[in-house]
Amino acid sequence: MTAQPKTLKILTVVTVLMLAAASLMVFFYAPLEAVMGQVQKVFYFHVAAGWTGMLGFFVAFVAGIAYLITHKHIWDIVGVAGVEIGLVFMLICIITGSIWARPIWNTWWTWDPRLTTATIMELVYAAYLMLRQGVEDPDRRARFGAVYAIIGFLSVPLTFFSIRIFRTIHPVVIGGGDADATGSFDMTAKMLQTFMFSLVTFSVLFVTLLWHRIRMGKFADQLEQLKMKLLA
Amino acid sequence: MIEVRSLVKRFGPKTVLRGLDFTVEQGEFVALLGPNGAGKTTFLRILSSLSRQSLGEVKIAGYHLPHQSAAVRRRLGVVSHLPLLYGDLSAEENLQFYGRMYGVPVLHDRIGTVLELVGLAARRRDLVRTFSRGMQQRLAIGRAILHDPDVLLLDEPHTGLDQDACEMLDDVLRQVAVRGRTVVMTSHDLARAQDLASRFDILTRGRIQASVRGADLASDGLLAFYRQTLESTAQPAREARPA
Amino acid sequence: MNQVTPFLRALGAVVWKDLAAEWRSREMLSAMLVFALLVILIFNFALELDPVGRANITAGILWVTFTFAGTLGLNRSMAVEKDRGCLDGLLLAPVDRTAIYFGKALGNWIFMLSVAVIVLPVYSILYNINLFQPGLLLVILLGSEGYVAVGTLLSTMSVQTRTRDILLPILLFPIVIPVVVAAVKASGNYLAGLEMAEIQPWLNLLIVYDVVFTAVSFMVFDAVVEE
Repeated sequence: MTAQPKTLKILTVVTVLMLAAASLMVFFYAPLEAVMGQVQKVFYFHVAAGWTGMLGFFVAFVAGIAYLITHKHIWDIVGVAGVEIGLVFMLICIITGSIWARPIWNTWWTWDPRLTTATIMELVYAAYLMLRQGVEDPDRRARFGAVYAIIGFLSVPLTFFSIRIFRTIHPVVIGGGDADATGSFDMTAKMLQTFMFSLVTFSVLFVTLLWHRIRMGKFADQLEQLKMKLLA
Repeated sequence: MIEVRSLVKRFGPKTVLRGLDFTVEQGEFVALLGPNGAGKTTFLRILSSLSRQSLGEVKIAGYHLPHQSAAVRRRLGVVSHLPLLYGDLSAEENLQFYGRMYGVPVLHDRIGTVLELVGLAARRRDLVRTFSRGMQQRLAIGRAILHDPDVLLLDEPHTGLDQDACEMLDDVLRQVAVRGRTVVMTSHDLARAQDLASRFDILTRGRIQASVRGADLASDGLLAFYRQTLESTAQPAREARPA
Repeated sequence: MNQVTPFLRALGAVVWKDLAAEWRSREMLSAMLVFALLVILIFNFALELDPVGRANITAGILWVTFTFAGTLGLNRSMAVEKDRGCLDGLLLAPVDRTAIYFGKALGNWIFMLSVAVIVLPVYSILYNINLFQPGLLLVILLGSEGYVAVGTLLSTMSVQTRTRDILLPILLFPIVIPVVVAAVKASGNYLAGLEMAEIQPWLNLLIVYDVVFTAVSFMVFDAVVEE
């Protein structure tokens, strides 16, 4: 077993510090939104978590393609890492969204395209984990996982558009869109800074977690190999 | 006809074949013997291009696996312990289907010949579902030789057959399948293997540990040879293990 | 030409084999049909269909029926290949493996359309509504193509797992949601007699889905069968 690389140690510390800084910025630096009040602060981490979740699924998609081309086991580890992290952050995104939606939309849940798509994504990647569980042979498991990660990721935009053509009430804060949606607001400079910093923080957090998870996957492999050696 | 060098097959952390070397000349009938879990089936699946080796070189009829697998598959006939037949199709229709997949010319006549050879001409229009295990296995041999392959791979063809069915199967094998073809058969039935094969290779611990020609064996010598090989290969490994 | 002919011959052989076997036993189609009719029956009582509400939800009921009956068919079609080791038999043939994929997918498509061909008149009679409209038939054609394109690929995977038939709907449904949504809306709009402008976006979505997922399934099928 190899010791934790120095870069990873530093990265972990930096991530923790950035998370703390981001939390402080959200609560003390960013101004209170006039209409929504405190609950608007959920927005900073809500969007950042959604972004990180998508990043995770995207990494799994790319790792899936890479595995099918190279047949290198490391890509399978990367794929699982991406899916697991994606699942957790997408769940955080949905939950924080619900917390925000309760006072603003007056409901915990609504069949809005983004919300629904996020939920369907959770189901897709839960199915991914179930698929892997049903396969014994590690090579086959990796191949099936890769295929499903590719198919699943490609279905996401289509799912989104299919629900999008129904009317949406989700505010589109980034990149304009329908300004009349309930709960939309204009960001002040300080809000924008906080938001951007959260986004960067979560991206760094993503890299750190991914790295740790890949290392863990490698260790699990080594453990299996050691077990085999003992049994042989 | 078959050349295998330093073949390694891993399933994740588990190594099943560890640097296996194996050569078969044209026209030889080799029986691969070995205990359960020795990797016989895995090895045969690699030879039949259904599985891909982790390392090493596999050459059949001059073509490399896995890169020239289509060329290899055209020259291969495979019989496994499953018949690879469709229950809801008749014997004739099954052969028709496989004949089309292989692009067999003058298929109708060829099917007639093959059914005659495996002794199922009278049942050609019956559904495979209604066949006994022995008949299914004979039809499976018919399916495997339909495209007149150079190499025949048999994976435990006797599994699940009773005494009579085994003997009929052996007759069919001797008469039609084997003639002029290169054959590799896995088996754990030593007596049956000795009846059929001309060479016996013993596969255990991921390698071919010993090989003997039928001509060099006494009529009941195979069992002794087999036991001796297993014992001699098990011994050093046990000592190597840390206490 | 030399490349194309063996490909088409093998594809045709796979389709012919599936149709011939099904013609013999009629196991799959009869199971799918009875199941489909049962689903419609259950909906009748579960939703207490009234003459006014019916027109709006007919499309929904039809597609739920097709989706559920479809998984029965997909599971059965792959189980047949696995039972006597036939999948290995297919893979041993010296043909491009994608010919096997397209053959199986085409067979599954034909089975789904056969179910539709029988369900539509029965539903029309039961609820006194004319479902034989060219627009609706087009939607069924497009929707079921996307469904079997992904379904054939995923059933080839699920049949090779420990959990087999339980797994297929779990893998398949979240992926085919766009097909179901688009097909339901397009069918509903046709039945409601809406203008083409209301229907076109859904048809476009179906076509995009069909193209994307047929192409991707075709590209990755090798990885699903090769060891």
